[in-house]
Amino acid sequence: MRFAVAEDHAALAAAAAALLAKEAGPELVRSGWPGGSPDRVEAVWRRLAGLGLPALLVPEQAGGLGLDEDALTPLLTELGRSGLPVPAVETIAVGAPLLAAADSPLLDRVMSGETVLTASHHPSAPVPFAARAELLVLRVGEQVRLYERGEVVLEPLGSVDGSRALARVAAPPGGGVLLAEGPRQLAVVWGRGVLGTAALLLGLGERMLDLTVAHVRERRQFGAPVGSFQAVQHSLADALVALRFAAPAVLAAGWAQSTGQPDAVLRTSMAKVLASDAARRVARTAIQCHGAIGCTTEYELHLYAKRTWALAADWGDPDRHRRLIAAELGLSEEGTANDRT
Amino acid sequence: MDLSWSPEEQAFRREARAWLRANVPDPPLPSGDTRAGFAAHLEWERTLYRAGWAAVSWPREFGGRDATLWQWLLFEEEYYRAGAPQRISQNGIFLLAPALFRFGTPEQQRRLLPRMAAAQDLWAQGWSEPGAGSDLAAIRSRAVHDEASHGWRLTGQKTWTSRGAFCTHVFGLFRTDPEVERHRGLSYFLLPLDAPGVTVRGFPRLDGDEGFADIFLDDVFVPDRDVLGGVGQGWSVAMATTGSERGLTLRSPGRFLHAADRLLELARARPDGPGGHRDRVVQSWIEAQAYQLFTLGQVTGLVEGLAEGRQAGAESSLNKLYWSELDIRLHETALDLLGSEAEVEGPWSKGYQFALSGPVYAGTNEIQRTIVAERLLGLPRR
Repeated sequence: MRFAVAEDHAALAAAAAALLAKEAGPELVRSGWPGGSPDRVEAVWRRLAGLGLPALLVPEQAGGLGLDEDALTPLLTELGRSGLPVPAVETIAVGAPLLAAADSPLLDRVMSGETVLTASHHPSAPVPFAARAELLVLRVGEQVRLYERGEVVLEPLGSVDGSRALARVAAPPGGGVLLAEGPRQLAVVWGRGVLGTAALLLGLGERMLDLTVAHVRERRQFGAPVGSFQAVQHSLADALVALRFAAPAVLAAGWAQSTGQPDAVLRTSMAKVLASDAARRVARTAIQCHGAIGCTTEYELHLYAKRTWALAADWGDPDRHRRLIAAELGLSEEGTANDRT
Repeated sequence: MDLSWSPEEQAFRREARAWLRANVPDPPLPSGDTRAGFAAHLEWERTLYRAGWAAVSWPREFGGRDATLWQWLLFEEEYYRAGAPQRISQNGIFLLAPALFRFGTPEQQRRLLPRMAAAQDLWAQGWSEPGAGSDLAAIRSRAVHDEASHGWRLTGQKTWTSRGAFCTHVFGLFRTDPEVERHRGLSYFLLPLDAPGVTVRGFPRLDGDEGFADIFLDDVFVPDRDVLGGVGQGWSVAMATTGSERGLTLRSPGRFLHAADRLLELARARPDGPGGHRDRVVQSWIEAQAYQLFTLGQVTGLVEGLAEGRQAGAESSLNKLYWSELDIRLHETALDLLGSEAEVEGPWSKGYQFALSGPVYAGTNEIQRTIVAERLLGLPRR
């Protein structure tokens, strides 16, 4: 028993965090929004690719790092913290390992960051980053297939988080290339997507809490820092509790997946419930404790809050995951298959 | 990350499980917070001791089993899973003993720990006073040195003392220096409740059991050797071990994992299933798991020597906030599942009334939130 991130996994996450701290400030996050310059975002993504991020779950013989879900969680937490608007879960957790398994000639371009890929496990929901991606990994019936942009019909949509480049996608069922099929393979795709999203949410929550703590230490009202008032202190303490008890669940789910534990499905849903609820709670608390400036788009907080709301609903919202857990625990008969999309 | 148990740990778990299965009283004992129930629990404590399970993580020389922290965690899990009796010795074994191990002289350790493990001495905690609850540093009970007799004369009142009417001893904080204020002039005393000048009056808790007591002290003599950690050091000794009370020592995850399992059983057994309460049942179960996972990280930190001192003390406030709120939610959900049966006296309704004291004892949750805000988040003090 050793409940702590392995040294090499922590080192990779720290390398990514250092690069992101230097290159990906709030202005870069804004440039992913409509009217910005997504090229700047993609340049940073290519530098992250230089550290091997998209290659994390790709086997070494295919040119990847050959790591597992245990390494995925600390890394994606850092990406979440940065707010960088890139398809990190879609590429690192879902797309790249599928391309590797299918021996796709497009894998190298995805691993180098030259080609933007996105993925979705929901047959009809809007697809994040679809409006920016050249490759789309999509769920079609009981299959996951790879499409090039020219093969699908896109209907761009506004998103609560403008940097998500959201679009509704119509893909021809017979087109594209088969990447995965059947319940077992689909479960792996689903599990990794859910896990990665939970890790992003954790990082977002930590970022918003840090911002808020910094703000309430500085901001003075009634002649004192607002962070010295008990009402403010206590709601921030509750926010920290929510995050600190979600984080171990995310790590545990990563370990459970990487070692093929029988309860990995349960642990993964737990991680998504706790991380989504914690990050949403922090977002709400952060806006409240910032006061009026938290209700603007001039200040950076909204960038992370909106990403939180988008991700809490993606890859199964907390209620859906609670239903899945209920089914696993024998508390309901319905639900499993339909909920896992 | 490695969340697997070693073969030795698995063997330890099996051994504990087998022993508990063969020895846990069935039907369960009456409440240990009543006079009759306490006597039955005392028998159980001695049974535990004879088999070497009373204080598994202590060294053998003091009546323990030399178990690792991990094994202790496994024992706790098995203990609650087996539905074993509440530990009436807990305030000694889980609260006083950590202070004795850290601050006690070898003589104090040899004299007090084996008797504690064997349930010959049963310790109550004498911290709160009528005017000093959350504001513990407002303690007014005093101790005056008696040079001639090599000891102290204690006078004052302690209150809300758990099982004080049934215990044999009390550990408590007393003001030894009237000249200095607040947390500075306090000392930590150990004394028997049958000492001349001590009067104990039991009174009922919220759930009706006589679980509380007032302890009145009128010029009670305590020898010098029964000061723990040095004269004037009471606050440091008490604070250094509050982590035990707020954190995982007193409230290990096994307790809540078991409660969550009981809740699942209840939900499955209802004729219409969990019905509209399903999400709350699931959420409570999730949070019990989350508490366990959090503590695994904490124990890793302790084992690897990463968590020490003040930080670890403040971290235990996170535990306390989480388990106390979780305990209430578990019980509220169970009572709602029971519907019109909820009113009938039973383990959930009694448990609920006890759970409500969780956010109060060991420092109210308001105090804990302030500690988290100031020490973990670094927010400014008022």
